[in-house]
This record gives sequence, structure tokens and C-alpha cells, in this order.
Amino acid sequence: MSEQKNIIPLGRQDFDRDLGKLEAELILMSGLVEQAIFNALNALKYRDVEKSQKVIDEDDNIDQTELEIERTCIELIRREAPMAGDLRRIVASLHIAGELERIGDYAEGIAKISITMGAQPPLKELIDIPRMGDMAVRMLKRSLEAFISRDADLVRKLSVELEKEDDEVDDLYAKVQTDLLELVKADPENAEPATYLMRVAHNVERVADRAMNIVERALYQATGELVSGSTQIEPIAE
Amino acid sequence: MPQNQADLLSQAGSSENILRFDTTEPILESHNLSVTYSGNTAISDVSIQVPKNSVVSLIGPSGCGKSTLLRCFNRMNDLIATADVKGTVNFAGQNIYDSDIDPTEIRFRIGMVFQRPNPFPKSIYENVAFGPRINGITDDLDEVVENSLRRAAVWEEVKDRLNESGLSVSGGQQQRICIARALAVNPEIVLMDEPASSLDPISTQAIEQLIQELSNEVTIIIVTHNMQQATRISDYAAVMMAGEERIGRLIEYGTNEQVFGNPKDERTEAYVTGRIG
Repeated sequence: MSEQKNIIPLGRQDFDRDLGKLEAELILMSGLVEQAIFNALNALKYRDVEKSQKVIDEDDNIDQTELEIERTCIELIRREAPMAGDLRRIVASLHIAGELERIGDYAEGIAKISITMGAQPPLKELIDIPRMGDMAVRMLKRSLEAFISRDADLVRKLSVELEKEDDEVDDLYAKVQTDLLELVKADPENAEPATYLMRVAHNVERVADRAMNIVERALYQATGELVSGSTQIEPIAE
Repeated sequence: MPQNQADLLSQAGSSENILRFDTTEPILESHNLSVTYSGNTAISDVSIQVPKNSVVSLIGPSGCGKSTLLRCFNRMNDLIATADVKGTVNFAGQNIYDSDIDPTEIRFRIGMVFQRPNPFPKSIYENVAFGPRINGITDDLDEVVENSLRRAAVWEEVKDRLNESGLSVSGGQQQRICIARALAVNPEIVLMDEPASSLDPISTQAIEQLIQELSNEVTIIIVTHNMQQATRISDYAAVMMAGEERIGRLIEYGTNEQVFGNPKDERTEAYVTGRIG
């Protein structure tokens, strides 16, 4: 058996190479998405309409990458009829590509709001929303780290840590909402810009939630456990 | 099928590596089954429980002892002079290797379908009537033949040519006639050794559908090299593997979802993902 183990069949080598490419595409896509969130929030902070427009234009690249990943996954399922760890890896990749695409849309949404707000004077100095953004992007990076590791122990550890970070993002989101409401109460004229910022904060908060979804898919890949938030389902009874 | 999946407790890693069923009486159970051919060990210490009315797939690389194990379940190895079987196979409350057991009767109650269709050079009718005749059944033979061919999902195709040779029909039809022949004596278990490997995709599909329908009334243990087929038709999968010493052992046994979705043994993972084979 040990002799057989050393000789990996050629078809299997091709499959491994394609799985490696799939992972590389996902890493590339997550890089595009992180950059989009970072750029969108930066453009908002510095009222840079041109940069915001660039984020909107570049979302097409993210959508295109997602479709390519989806096509790769479909092709691998069709061609290889994957089993066990391979199947979980492809299913998780498909799911994560969808999550990343949605994060790209949040970046695009923030950029559109920025452009709409472009002509208006700043309501207040942006501090908490960029902080939320930094935390959410960090969560995204770590969720991808969990996925790429395929290490059940590491995924569980990161999952616990990210849950805490997600709670912090939620707390900050609640604070942003309270602060903005105070500004509206103080002067109803603030209602329009406050609403825009409320939507920006909501988008950033959703990025953190999507990062949590990615960790859940990383856990599925590493262990076969299907978890969503506090919900977990039993294996299919046949 | 056991009613409660949670009652399945895989004891992988224990000395017997057996899958126990707390709520379901197994129809067949082997303990420490070992087979040698001319003194060379082919399989060693296989302990397995097969639940009633389930489909169990035996999978593993070539030469790992799947067919040897399958043949133990109805004493077909008795027909090989150099074979020696140790351990027990309990069926219907008795060890089928006990000296007072008639192997011919066991082979009726635990039928077998082989890789290549092997109808007798007789008419389709006589192929199916063969077992009942040996058992002394002469009344209602027409009904037994029709019923068996219907159960094997081939009646509509051969009902107008029952007197033609069993060899005159297509390979897929021949294989279903062989299944009808096994069913004609009302077996409790049917053993199948790669029954669709020499058939075209349409015939394969017909056999797979038939296996699923039959599992409502009989227990089926099937050797297959086609893992997609195993996932489609079986309830449980048993993985066999031979190490460097070339002795086949049962390394993992569980539900399809576990064995093909999230195997516990890394050798199973390597096999089902095509890294070894």
C-alpha cells in the first residue's frame, strides 16, 4: 500500500492541480473584495468621488471572478464526481465565492452612497465607521485563512475568535446608530446625511457577518459539520 | 434500514471494528472471519453486521478481498478446494459454517448474482424455474416464474419469449433473468458481485433501480468498483483494504454519507478520492 500511496494517478494529479487553481482564484477574489471595501470607505472618508466611481466600476471584475469560480466548481463536479474532502472543498469554495461577491456588492453600495453624499458637507468626522471597516476586513482575511488551512483545530479556534470580533463590530454598529440618531434629534436637517451613514454602517456590519459565513464553510470543509450561526443540522438520514 | 440512525455506533479502531445496531437485529453477522487460499491469508478478522432490508456496498481497491468476503456469506468458498474459512457467519440464529448446515440450502436462502450474466443454456422459463424445481416446487411454477421475472423488472421484455434460450436476450436482460433466478427461491439475502460492471449505462440504470426496489423485501450486499453507484444504491458502505502484506481487512464501515462524505480513516479518504486505487 505504501508503494501505491507514492504513485498518485495522473488523473488525480490533474484534479489536485485544478483544486489548487480554484483555491488561488478564491484568494485572488478575496484580495479584490478586501481592496474594494478599503477603497470604498477611504473614498467616503476623503469625499473622493473619482475613487468611489472606481470601486463601482471594479465590482464587475469581482462578479466576473465569482462566475469563473462557479464555472470551475461546476466543471470539477461534472468531471470528477468528487467525494469526501474534495466534495466538501468544492462545495465550500462555491459558497465562499458567493459570500465574497456579496461583500463586493456592499463595497459598491458604500461607493454609490459616497457619490450621492459627495456634494454635501460632512456631518461629522468619520471615526467609528472606518474602525468597523478595519475590523470587518481583518475578519474577512482571517476567515479566508481558516478556509485555506483546512485544519479543523485552527478553524474552530479562529471561529471562536471571530465570533467575539463580530460582537465588537455589532457593538460599534449600535454606537454609530445611537450617535447618528442623536445628531438627527439635535437637528432634523441632519436626517438625510445620517440616513446615508446609517446605510454605510449597515453594509460594513454585513461584511463582518459574511466573514462569519465564510468561517462556517471553512468548518464544513475541515470537518463536514454544517453550521449556520447557532444552528447546526444533523447528517442526512437516508 | 435501521429506524434510528443515531443508534448506529461505529466502533472504528476497536479490535473488531464492527458497526452495531442497537434497535435492529442484523440479518447477517460475521465475527473474526478469515480466509486463506493454499495457506495464504486473503482476508483477516472481518467482523461486520448487516441490517435487514438494507443495501450494503463492499468497496476497496482490487485485490483487497471484497469478493472473497462476499463468497463467505453463502459458503461459495467451499467450492474452492484450497480455501479455508475461519471465524463465524451468523445467519438466522446459526453459524452457517456449523457442520450440520447444508451449504446448498444456505445458497438458496442467500442467493448470488455474478459479474457477468451467467444464464444456464436453457430457456428463460427453465432458468427461473430451476431453483424452485430443485426444491420440489412443481405447483404454480408458472406463477413463480412470472412473479420472479416481474420482481426482477424484466417480465414485460421477455414474457412473449419465455421458451427462447436465456442466452438469446441482451446482456442487461440476461443479468435481470439471473436476478429473477436468484429471487425465485425467495432468498432473504442476495449477494451481488459487480452485477452491472459488464453492462451499458441504460442496463446499469435498470439494475440499480431494481436493487433499490428489491431492498424493500430482501437484504442486498453488493461488491462494486463504481463509487457513484455505491452512493446511489446503498445504505451503508464497508471499505476493505489490503496492506503491504496483501491481507484484506475491513477498515471502515458506516452510512454512505459518512464514508463518502466525511470518512474517518485516511485510507478511505485516499481511496474514495482516487489517490489510491
